[in-house]
Amino acid sequence: MDKFYHSVRLDPDLCKGCINCIKRCPTEAIRVRNGKAQINSKFCIDCGECIRVCPHHAKYAIYDRPDAIKQYEYTVALPAPSLYSQFNNLDDVNIVLNALLLMGFDDVFEVSAAAELVSEATRTYITTHRDQLPFISTACPSVVRLIRVRFPNLISHMLPLNPPVEVAAMLAVSQAMKKTGLPREKIGIFFISPCPSKVTYVKSPLGNEFSQVDRVLAIKDIYPQLLSRMKAVGKDYPEIGTSGKIGISWGRSGGESSGLLSENYLAADGIENVIRVLEDLEDQKFTNLEFIELNACNGGCVGGILTVENPYVAETKLKRLRRYMPVARTHMSQEAEELIPWTTGVQYEPVFRLGNTMMESFTRLNQVERLCKKLPGLDCGSCGAPTCKALAEDIVRGQAQETDCVYYLRENLHRLSEEVSTLADDLAAGDRGGQETLRILKEYIHRISDEMSLLDGQEDDGDKIASQSTDTSSSGTSGSEASGAEASGRTGAVRNTVHQQNTPIEEKEDS
Amino acid sequence: MDDAIHLTYPISPDDFTRAGEASSDVKRKLKQMGVNPEAIRKVAIAMYEGEINMVIHAKGGEIRVDITPEKIIMVLDDVGPGIPNVELAMQAGYSTAPDEVRSLGFGAGMGLPNMKKYTDSMDIETTIGVGTKITMVVNI
Repeated sequence: MDKFYHSVRLDPDLCKGCINCIKRCPTEAIRVRNGKAQINSKFCIDCGECIRVCPHHAKYAIYDRPDAIKQYEYTVALPAPSLYSQFNNLDDVNIVLNALLLMGFDDVFEVSAAAELVSEATRTYITTHRDQLPFISTACPSVVRLIRVRFPNLISHMLPLNPPVEVAAMLAVSQAMKKTGLPREKIGIFFISPCPSKVTYVKSPLGNEFSQVDRVLAIKDIYPQLLSRMKAVGKDYPEIGTSGKIGISWGRSGGESSGLLSENYLAADGIENVIRVLEDLEDQKFTNLEFIELNACNGGCVGGILTVENPYVAETKLKRLRRYMPVARTHMSQEAEELIPWTTGVQYEPVFRLGNTMMESFTRLNQVERLCKKLPGLDCGSCGAPTCKALAEDIVRGQAQETDCVYYLRENLHRLSEEVSTLADDLAAGDRGGQETLRILKEYIHRISDEMSLLDGQEDDGDKIASQSTDTSSSGTSGSEASGAEASGRTGAVRNTVHQQNTPIEEKEDS
Repeated sequence: MDDAIHLTYPISPDDFTRAGEASSDVKRKLKQMGVNPEAIRKVAIAMYEGEINMVIHAKGGEIRVDITPEKIIMVLDDVGPGIPNVELAMQAGYSTAPDEVRSLGFGAGMGLPNMKKYTDSMDIETTIGVGTKITMVVNI
């Protein structure tokens, strides 16, 4: 399994090489090289921020097409709680669930039902592990990935319980197998997701060896199909929903925490806010907190990039919908209790280390400090790195050069032209031997035109730098390598990471 | 120690919003250096406590950090009232923080004790009416 599998990708044909994404990436994972963005697969946490900000729609998410449903004998839809928040005037979740059946699914298992189990398990876990407080929610895969690469001291605070979608999938599989007698591979478990981060989770879960979710569909793909079927459901329909307020609330920021029935929690949403909370948590700024809920998207899952509704409107709709619901309708069973805990741990991945050994990293860090003093500190992004500091880090890693900085180049040009003019003055005054001075003059002019071409033709030159960066990269898996694999066969790259009993997530471009 | 990395962070008085910036920057560097997470944790906590102390009690000052492959040396140099009774200040729970600071959730009297707890050595030089210089070392 690929430790750094990604569902957020780049379409180089659409990329104009602007600096929007490099500036907004919370982990500084994107560089523009050779006129195109490249995503460093080790730094990227699949938060989807770049998909949101790219004006050219060059970033996309991969997920499955709805017609994948035809490839299984028996299918179960797992709707995310955020799905319910997408519709106007919806007053009963059962209408959505019945519409999913009309779409062709054989059964539905609400993720919100499993969420109530996870809430119950979390309450128990907190009371029995009070010496390890506070616990950080592990429901958002981007947050788990962020902690894994950037907050080694917080790994032990991560709640070691499966996210609701996984618990739902495991229970749905066992129910479907009992009900139909079919072997596992003939049953398709379809998660209807608000974000690509869940695709990443399914392909390469953390905390579990593999996921029981077979396919991930986008809410925005299912939405139009559901609308017509919801009308067809009519007024007389069976009640199949099994979740209450607690489960439904997981769709928005603060929902998971409210299911803990405690006031000692903090809920932060939006990736920048999440990072700030984690930084403060690392400094032990907070006291007396039991639980930290973190969601990479603004507003929580309702803000996922695969949803259709404005996240704040969606949140209001979710509140309205759950108004008359019972607190919780799904309760712990012995089967569920055994399925909820993580089966594997999460290891710190020190991807931001500058070198292979501490001495090498130390020397490089020292070089970065010196380079930062030399670079203009404007963070203009023209070099393709988000900040001067990031460029300095790239340079010491062997992935960029000082001449990538346009200001550095400009200064060089100024200096050279000054020297040329001095030489020319000398020549005019007849101080030096004519031929020799002419030769030097010519050489300087050559160098000036070389540097000029660096400024003009970053594209031609970028080729050299890009290929070089892959060769000299200390880790061996730089962003350029990842994008190389993608270019050579995207579908192939995806297929490799699929776990045994499943066929792959089909590629679908999205912007 | 010629090849040590020298960092300087000015600390402005009464600016709580900026407290933590210096420790964040040092943490980032230590992670890039591949320092073990436990040492990073100790530096982060000790430095943040130190920063907050300088904001609450002193009229600002500066933090100088030297990073070597063996240890991290943090010197917190402030222009402030000085600590009249260091022994008392080192007691857990003892605080001279004004009420308005306490109402912000600071001033629990754990600053100096925590700084001592999370560092391998701590040295306090203080002169009443002049300032305080605290030198903390965390071994890598």
